[in-house]
Amino acid sequence: MKFSPIEFRSQAEAALRDDTLQAALKRARSGFVDKRAKAVAALPEFELLRAEASAIRADALNRLPTLLEEFEAGVIAAGGQVHWAIDAAEARKIVLDIARCHESCRIAKGKSMVAEEIGLNPALEDAGINVVETDLGEYIIQLAQEPPSHIVAPAIHKTREQVAALFARHHERAELLTELTGIPELVDEARRVLRETFLSADVGITGANFLVADSGSTVLVTNEGNGDLCSTLPKTHIVLAGIEKVVPSMTEVSTLLRVLARSATGQPLTTYTSVFTGPRRAGEDFGPEEFHVVLVDNGRAAMLGSEFRDMLRCIRCGACMNHCPVYGAIGGHAYGWVYPGPMGQVLTPWLLGPERAPDLAHACTMNGHCAQVCPVGIPLPDLIRAMRVREHESHVNHVAERWVFRQWAWWAKRPRLYGWALRKKARWLRRLARPGGALRKLPVWSGWFRSRDLPTPQGRTLRDLMREKLRGSQ
Amino acid sequence: MNGPLVALFGTCLVDMFRPSIGLSAIALLQRAGCRVAFPEAQTCCGQPMFNGGDLKHTRELAKRHIDLLAGYDYVVIPSGSCGGMIRVHYPQLFEVGDPWHAKALDLSRRSFELVSFLVDVMKLDRVDAEFPHRVTYHDSCSGLRELGIKAQPRKLLASVRGLQLVEMDQAETCCGFGGAFSLKFPDISTRLADDKLASARAAEPEAILGGDLGCLLHLAGRLSREGSDTRVYHVAEVLADAADIPPINGLPRNPPEPAKPKLD
Repeated sequence: MKFSPIEFRSQAEAALRDDTLQAALKRARSGFVDKRAKAVAALPEFELLRAEASAIRADALNRLPTLLEEFEAGVIAAGGQVHWAIDAAEARKIVLDIARCHESCRIAKGKSMVAEEIGLNPALEDAGINVVETDLGEYIIQLAQEPPSHIVAPAIHKTREQVAALFARHHERAELLTELTGIPELVDEARRVLRETFLSADVGITGANFLVADSGSTVLVTNEGNGDLCSTLPKTHIVLAGIEKVVPSMTEVSTLLRVLARSATGQPLTTYTSVFTGPRRAGEDFGPEEFHVVLVDNGRAAMLGSEFRDMLRCIRCGACMNHCPVYGAIGGHAYGWVYPGPMGQVLTPWLLGPERAPDLAHACTMNGHCAQVCPVGIPLPDLIRAMRVREHESHVNHVAERWVFRQWAWWAKRPRLYGWALRKKARWLRRLARPGGALRKLPVWSGWFRSRDLPTPQGRTLRDLMREKLRGSQ
Repeated sequence: MNGPLVALFGTCLVDMFRPSIGLSAIALLQRAGCRVAFPEAQTCCGQPMFNGGDLKHTRELAKRHIDLLAGYDYVVIPSGSCGGMIRVHYPQLFEVGDPWHAKALDLSRRSFELVSFLVDVMKLDRVDAEFPHRVTYHDSCSGLRELGIKAQPRKLLASVRGLQLVEMDQAETCCGFGGAFSLKFPDISTRLADDKLASARAAEPEAILGGDLGCLLHLAGRLSREGSDTRVYHVAEVLADAADIPPINGLPRNPPEPAKPKLD
């Protein structure tokens, strides 16, 4: 299934009509929101931790070049290699070149949003490389050939029955359709298939939640342990990470871990927290022979120097989308690209260009719930509004909208005319409405009247009533 | 009288659609001991173009109102979103060091949403009003998250004779209005309204109250389209004992059917 941010409107409408998706969204919404609320309530210092986490991320961004150089030196000292990718194409090429060093390469891949961002899997598949997603949710959507619909729970839009059908088809065992009735059976079936992948893979690819500057380590959190199998069993481990992920030391990581899982899934910590430092050393029994870190810029350095800088604090917990009423109504696919919800409404137009995602920044009610729950204090509504400013200033937004604002401001700077127009409009609307009731229709605002009436003005405008009142009191 | 001199900023929606909210605000302010003025040259605070990304016109309107509203002890606004615009966003429109920034900050410090002004500044803890109905309260997002309005309306509503407040479980969830959002994405907006109203309905209210006319026009418009008889009022109308007028959604299109006799 293909989705595109330029098709936001039609994808959102289709999502609203998709009953299966709606049921899944309802379950997911209450699950994530309630679990986070419980976790936060159980930790009285959570707001303090949030402030600390915000400060850590802001500080790391202020020192980003220095921290990245320190991190690179640390990786090399530990026996690993660092590759710098300026954009998606370069990042794909770096990974392909590493993979091609192995004959008949097979890749076990952990969940990585930056891999989705750079379109890694299609590039690997085009090169004839067999890549298997090993995070259960990612595995499911890989079989379904769909993009993730949530950054933490990529297959959240799928029902149990749909997953059983996918397994039956792709594992070529029709009997699974009836056998796989419960979630434990589904997990067992995936585990059986994925285990073979782990044992036979030449290369493991994982993402990174944090990069640790002073040790050259990468930190990965998972709930399935698949990341550890991807990184320790194959001969080569490739870590893909955006350049913004670096923090000074494990001290900062430990604070960020305390807010990350609570914000994402309501867990105090994820089941697995893994720290990778270089390849296997002499005398060690496990670990890869080669350790590569691919640091991806892809628009991030430019973002650092822009009004959207704070977006780079993001630690990809998904709390913003979990609390976004618009995401809750339409799900992740409607946004058309890798990052859905409020974070995506900033990242997608930034990374792809506003003309390829012209509606995203406008699909927000400015309710502010996302910023209220963001563990690193990203002012998401302000950034979404800043994206609207950018669109306005580069004339991406609709010409009619620009005209309305210009007109509105012209009238609003002329109080007498404005008062006259308000009086006329109020009278005109009253004349069109049925007595005592609301307006059913007008020749304008068809979008509003499709599903809503417009309450009728009471009659006199407030300014007219006040003028009379003041005259009467003189 | 030597109470504080308060300018009422009515907001465009109240001005045109529902002046009774402005009159209620004035009554409440006067009863709390304020001297109230209505600066006649007030128009639109600029919120629609601010949220539309048109900063040039937003700044023009902001400057007009910064000048117009100078010289009052306080500026009071019967809306959380227009209140947030003046109190939170006006200072963000100008660079630090720009004289307009200092003026905007000065206005920001003097500007309050109506109910929070009554409770937090005028230290009001009760009103003289009667509204013998079961109601539920919608926390409009800008008021709630930009201005911290949550306890204040509940405190005053608790003193209204006969009023029973039943909280809905999604009181803090957006109603889907969002200004231009409601016109640009009508289907999503309506879905959010329906989710909100479903949550409200579970509280079985006779009336839904709120502090922002934008949200209330949206919810009232949806209820009217559905032919519901749940009434919608602005909280100021109830607190000022002025909610004996038709609700925002008007009279129901089809009079509700007489209750069917229960079989058991």
